[in-house]
Amino acid sequence: MKCDIILSGVGGQGILSIAAVIGEAALAEGLEIKQTEVHGMSQRGGDVQSNLRISSEKVDSDLISLGGADVIISLEPMEALRYIPYLGKDGWIVTSNAPFVNITNYPEEELLKEELATLPNVFSFDVEAIAREAGVLRSVNIVLLGAASSAVGLTAEALEIGIKRVFSPKGDEIVDMNIKAFRAGAEAVKGGLKK
Amino acid sequence: MEKLLLLGDEAIALGAIRAGISGVYAYPGTPSTEITAYIQNSKEATSVYSNWCTNEKTAMEAALGMSYVGKRALVCMKHVGMNVCADAFINSAVSGINGGLVVLAADDPSMHSSQNEQDSRFYGKFAMVPMLEPSSQQEAYDMMNYAFELSEELRTPVLFRITTRMAHSRAAITLGESRPQNDMKPTDDPRRWVLLPAIARRRYNEVLGQQPGIIKISEESNFNLYRDGSDHSLGVIASGIAWNYFNEAFPEGSPYPAVKVSQYPLPKSLIAKLMKECDRVLVLEDGQPFIEEQLRGLLDDKNIDGRLNGKLPRAGELTPDNTRVALGFDINQHFEESKIVVQRPPSMCAGCGHRDVYESLNKIIAEYDNAKVFSDIGCYTLGALPPFNAIDSCIDMGASITMAKGASDAGQHPAVSVIGDSTFTHSGMTGLLDAVNTKSKITVILSDNLTTAMTGGQDSAGTYKFEAICQGLGVEPEHIRVVVPIAKNKEEIENILREEINYDGVSVVIPRRECIQTLKRSLKKKK
Repeated sequence: MKCDIILSGVGGQGILSIAAVIGEAALAEGLEIKQTEVHGMSQRGGDVQSNLRISSEKVDSDLISLGGADVIISLEPMEALRYIPYLGKDGWIVTSNAPFVNITNYPEEELLKEELATLPNVFSFDVEAIAREAGVLRSVNIVLLGAASSAVGLTAEALEIGIKRVFSPKGDEIVDMNIKAFRAGAEAVKGGLKK
Repeated sequence: MEKLLLLGDEAIALGAIRAGISGVYAYPGTPSTEITAYIQNSKEATSVYSNWCTNEKTAMEAALGMSYVGKRALVCMKHVGMNVCADAFINSAVSGINGGLVVLAADDPSMHSSQNEQDSRFYGKFAMVPMLEPSSQQEAYDMMNYAFELSEELRTPVLFRITTRMAHSRAAITLGESRPQNDMKPTDDPRRWVLLPAIARRRYNEVLGQQPGIIKISEESNFNLYRDGSDHSLGVIASGIAWNYFNEAFPEGSPYPAVKVSQYPLPKSLIAKLMKECDRVLVLEDGQPFIEEQLRGLLDDKNIDGRLNGKLPRAGELTPDNTRVALGFDINQHFEESKIVVQRPPSMCAGCGHRDVYESLNKIIAEYDNAKVFSDIGCYTLGALPPFNAIDSCIDMGASITMAKGASDAGQHPAVSVIGDSTFTHSGMTGLLDAVNTKSKITVILSDNLTTAMTGGQDSAGTYKFEAICQGLGVEPEHIRVVVPIAKNKEEIENILREEINYDGVSVVIPRRECIQTLKRSLKKKK
């Protein structure tokens, strides 16, 4: 198997936790992994992304090539669109539909929706509403991972192991909350991602 | 065997711990910060000295001192830190070392978090020391012990060069054995540490004499290799992570012969063989055209492709895409870049004290015809962007104070400097002494958030010492003004700024309030 994933969002939204969960899950499955992160200046409210590559074969490049991503997982709709040159022909976009507006020239929400609608495989949804309903508002990012879980090439069981590994240092309560968040996200995409 | 998912920086840190270092010396700087941070937090490294240093020069010198008494030491910095420690670095290559000494420079091509994309390999060549440039996180881990062994064998510092994508990318690492720390041991040839001209000349000749041997070690190194191919119309030289982008372009294996370079000086025999057997040679390197320039020479060999003939972009980091194009492949892009997506530059955090400082400063300097605000390197550099547009310069660590002084010497008024606490102790203090000695009419705003914030909140060397430092340097006590930058104190800050700008001499205004990020973190911990 091989899956190239782009995670995107705004600094501070929590894409690195998503990356860590997928990374640990892949490690537990004995897969090869490379995962880039953005540290430093951009973390201060700028756009951030992570390239995550998992494969049963050796992974050479740390970076994903243009047109090579199997899925873009984004905590913000404009940030999802930023990376479409990297999206594969049949690749998926799974994104939060809630704009994070910290700049004055942010595009109109309607335009973002229209552009997303021109792409073949998009699941855009109100991640926060699902998180609120499930009572896991602090784990919005893991709800999003749950929704994208059928596109990342790993089983739900493996991803839940990843969640346990990443969050166990913070205590059982946090692990349980994130498992709940993950399942709520998966539930939001009944039957997995389909065209 | 257990595998750990580690950043390149973390793999390097763990490699160094297990190579038996006794100390890591560093000043924070993206993309190198996580190396020292990892060692500070590692349970394996409780006996490793790992406090942050005031700047890269003090770090380099302290590490050299540790090496002098026989122990292994690591120095870490971002590429521009090499400029700061260059004096110590270059001369440590002349004196030579005792305990293994590895200098890690993390370069930032594409300037993700930097003001230039200088390539540290030029420093290694300049100092005539061996260099290592890992192609993968596993290799980075494995190389660390080798680097220290090489350093001790050759009695020279070793430069370990990485770039952002190596530093900040995670991979699964298979760990090796730990080696105990060195005992203290007296240096051989004690006179070589006293670089008086007569001794330095002798040592320099010894360093020169060592060079053919160092090249031979590179040629025989397991980290360099020659890989043959069936199609000799092209040969490829790829250094460090460029090797991965090259391999990525050929999932079924490359038909072209290739040389992987992960150790310098350049493995001459491997490259000569490639040049001889292939019609053209493409050079792939992440950073400046260090290898390419050496191969071309002054008269330019026309059979070489790379950054200098437009085959690859002259600036910016190497990517799998520009590598593919250079190898003659198409890009398989399916979706055009979105036309509605706009840039989202970073900005100062909501609630950050620097914001209050800039709001007040902007208001006060508007009262003057031609105020200039010289600034520096840190979160507050973001004051250059809207809505503040508050600063006129950001050049290098500490330059705000000295540029304000120079401008003031030439007649500029107001000449204001905005500098952070950590940058001030890094390289601002000496410039302040210059200004005091000439009674320059400058106003220094030492915006103190009690931490090195931009790199994630490392300890700042001068915390709670700034009034004493400024006074000690000769700033008059009545012109050292401390204030808490919160909305409630707006008027007070503005009055202070106006008074001090009008003062005919050096004044230091210290707005002091904890960084909002470190505050949030410590509140979270308390819960």
